Amino acid sequence: MLGFIVRRTLWAIPTLAFVSFISFVIIQLPPGDFVTAYVAQLRNGGEYVTEIEEAMMRAQYGLNDPLLVQYWRWISAIIFHGDFGRSLEWNAPVSDLIWDRLALTLIISTLSMVFTWIIAIPVGVYSATRQYSFFDYIFTIFGFLGKGIPDFLLALILMWVAFIWMNLDVGGLISPQFEGKPWDTAKIINMLSHIWIPLVVLATGGAAGLIRVMRANMLDELRKPYVETAYAQGFSERTVVWRYPVRVALNPFISTVGWALPALFSGDVITAVVLNLPTTGPLLLQALKMQDMYLAGSFILILSVFTVIGTLVSDILLAWSDPRIRYS
Amino acid sequence: MTLEATAAPVEPETASREEDLYTAKPWTLIWWRFRKHKLAVASLIFMIVLGIMAIFADFISPYTPFSFSKLNTFAPPSVVRVIHDGSLHRPFIYAVKRKRDPETARVLYEEDKTKVLPIEFFVKGQDYKFLGLVPTQMHLFGVSDRKQQINLLGTDSLGRDLFTRLLYGARVTLSAGLIGVAFSFVLGLALGSIAGYYGGWWDSGIQRLMEFIRSVPTIPLWMGLAAALPVAWDPLFVYVLITIILSLIGWTHLARVVRGRFLSLRTEDYVLASRLCGASEYRIVTKHMLPAMTSYIIAAMTLAVPEMILGETALSFLGLGLRPPVVSWGVLLQDAQNLRSISLAPWLLSPGIAVVLVVLAFNFLGDGLRDAADPYGH
Repeated sequence: MLGFIVRRTLWAIPTLAFVSFISFVIIQLPPGDFVTAYVAQLRNGGEYVTEIEEAMMRAQYGLNDPLLVQYWRWISAIIFHGDFGRSLEWNAPVSDLIWDRLALTLIISTLSMVFTWIIAIPVGVYSATRQYSFFDYIFTIFGFLGKGIPDFLLALILMWVAFIWMNLDVGGLISPQFEGKPWDTAKIINMLSHIWIPLVVLATGGAAGLIRVMRANMLDELRKPYVETAYAQGFSERTVVWRYPVRVALNPFISTVGWALPALFSGDVITAVVLNLPTTGPLLLQALKMQDMYLAGSFILILSVFTVIGTLVSDILLAWSDPRIRYS
Repeated sequence: MTLEATAAPVEPETASREEDLYTAKPWTLIWWRFRKHKLAVASLIFMIVLGIMAIFADFISPYTPFSFSKLNTFAPPSVVRVIHDGSLHRPFIYAVKRKRDPETARVLYEEDKTKVLPIEFFVKGQDYKFLGLVPTQMHLFGVSDRKQQINLLGTDSLGRDLFTRLLYGARVTLSAGLIGVAFSFVLGLALGSIAGYYGGWWDSGIQRLMEFIRSVPTIPLWMGLAAALPVAWDPLFVYVLITIILSLIGWTHLARVVRGRFLSLRTEDYVLASRLCGASEYRIVTKHMLPAMTSYIIAAMTLAVPEMILGETALSFLGLGLRPPVVSWGVLLQDAQNLRSISLAPWLLSPGIAVVLVVLAFNFLGDGLRDAADPYGH
C-alpha cells in the first residue's frame, strides 16, 4: 500500500510540472507582454514613456530571456516564496486576491460533490432494484436532461424561476444589506437562501451521469450468484442490497472522483459568472478579458493543481478500497 | 444505456426472415439493430430536419438576421391561430399594437383582434442570396404587411427576428460542432491507433497525455486559450481557431475508443493471418483493422459532438468565443445573460432550449449507434 502511494505520488510530479508549464504558456500567449500593457496604462495616465525606457523596463523584468528561463523564474518564485506575480489591473499581488475566492470555490465544489453523491447513490440503487418501474423512467429522463442542459442555462432558469415565483433575488452569495456585517443567524439563513442554486446547478450535471453509472453497475452486480446466495440465506432485501452489491458498485464511484473535480471546477467557473458569486469564475473571466495574465494564469494553475491532487487522492482511496488495484 | 435495444436484434417471424439474418451484410444488421432504438431514430429524423433548416436558413426564415426595426423591440412571439370570430380560418396572426405602460414607460404589445394577417407562403421579402449564389426575394412564409412582422420566437432588443437568427445560428453552432469533431477525429485516430497498435512505451506515453488532459478543468483552460485570440482578428478565422481549441481537449474520448478497439483486434486471428501472408503494417491497419471499427468510431464521434456544441455555447456566452456579428446560439444567449432581460423577454432563452434539444438528440443518436455498432454481439 505504501509503495503504491509513493509510486502514485511520484507520478503526480511530472503532471504538476506539465500543468504549470501550460499555465505559463497561457500567460505568454497574448501578443505583447506585461510591459506593453503597463506602458499603455502609464501613457493613458498622461505619463511620458520613451521607447528606451520601455526597453530598459523589459530588460529589468527579464522579458527578453528565453521562455524556459522566464518559466523557471516564475515557478521558482511561486514554489519558494509563494509569490504569484502582480495583478496589473488591481495593482496588487496576485496572492492577495485569489485565496478567498479559491477557498469559496473549493467549498462550493466539495459541497456539491457531497450533494451529488447523496442524490446519485440512493437513486441509482433504487433504479437498479426497481428496473423499468415508473420512477426508474422518471430518473432516466432526469438523467438525460441533466446531461443535456448546460450549467449556465440551468442557473439562469433557476434564477428566473426563483425571481418570478418566490420573489427571491438570488444573485450573489449574500444580500447587500448583510455585506460586511458579523455572522449571525439571519446572515447564515440569508446565505443558505442563495447558496442552494449553485449547489443544485452543479449537482444536477454530476448526479445525472453518476445515476446512470450506479444503475449500470448495480444491474451487473445484482445478476451475480452471490446475491442469490445472500437471498437464499434469508437476509432481507435491504440487508442484501446495501451490504454486498452496493459496496462493489461504489468502486467506479471512487475512481471517478478525480474526473468529477475538473467538471465541478469548470461548472463552478461558469455558474459563478451567471450568478455573480464571489468565487474564482467572475474574477478569472475578467482577468482573461483584460489580459491580466498573471492573475488568470495563477487561477488556472491553482485550479489544475487542485484537480491533480484530487485525482491522486481518489486513486489512493480506490487502491485502499480495492486490493486488486494495489497489487497489479 | 438503452431503453429498447436490449431486445433481440430481429424477431425471427418467418423462416425467410431468419435466413435474411444470416446472409445480411454487417451494415444491414447495424441498421436493423439501430431501428429498434426508437428514441435514436426520432433523434436522427430531428437532426436531419434541423440540418436541412440550417442549410436553407435564408429561404426558410422570414427575414434576414441583421434587419432591425426600431418599432418592434422585445416583441413577444406571435401566436399562430386558426380560429377567428368562432370560425375556422387559414393560419393567421393578429396584428399587434405597440403601447407604453403609462407608469413604467415599458413597451407593451397588444393584439388587435380585428386585424387578421394571414400567413402566406412563398412571399416576397427582403433581398438575400439563396445559398450565397442566387439573388432572390422569395421567403418560405411571411405576412404581407408593410409594418407588421411575424416573429415566431419574438424579437430581441434591436427588434431583430429571433426565429431567423436562431436558424442562422444553427449553421454556425452545428458546423462548429461537426468541424471540431472532425479535428478531434484526426487527432484521436492518429494517437489512439499508435497507442493501441504499437503498445509499450508509445501506449503508456499517450495514455499519460490523455489522463493529463482529462484531469485539467476544461472550461478555465478553454477560457485561457480563447482569451489569447486577439479581438481584432477576422471572425471566420476566430471561428476556426475556437473549434481547434475545443478539439485539442476533446480528442481524448475518441482516442480511448480507437485504442481499445485496436487492442482487442490486434490479437484476432485474421490480423495474424494477414501478417503471415506478408501484408505491410499500413495495409493491415487501413484494410483490415480500420473497417472493423468504423461503426464504433462513428458512434464515438456522434457522442463527441454535443461536448463541442456545449463548449462553443459556453465560451460564446461568456464573451470569449465567437463574437457578434457572427450569429451562433452562444452569441444569441449573451442577450439573456441577466435576470432583467430574462424577466422582460423570456423568449430570449429559446436558443438555450435549442441547445438542449440538439445535445439530447446527439446523445440518443450516439447511444443508439453504440448499441448497433456491434451487430454480432447478442
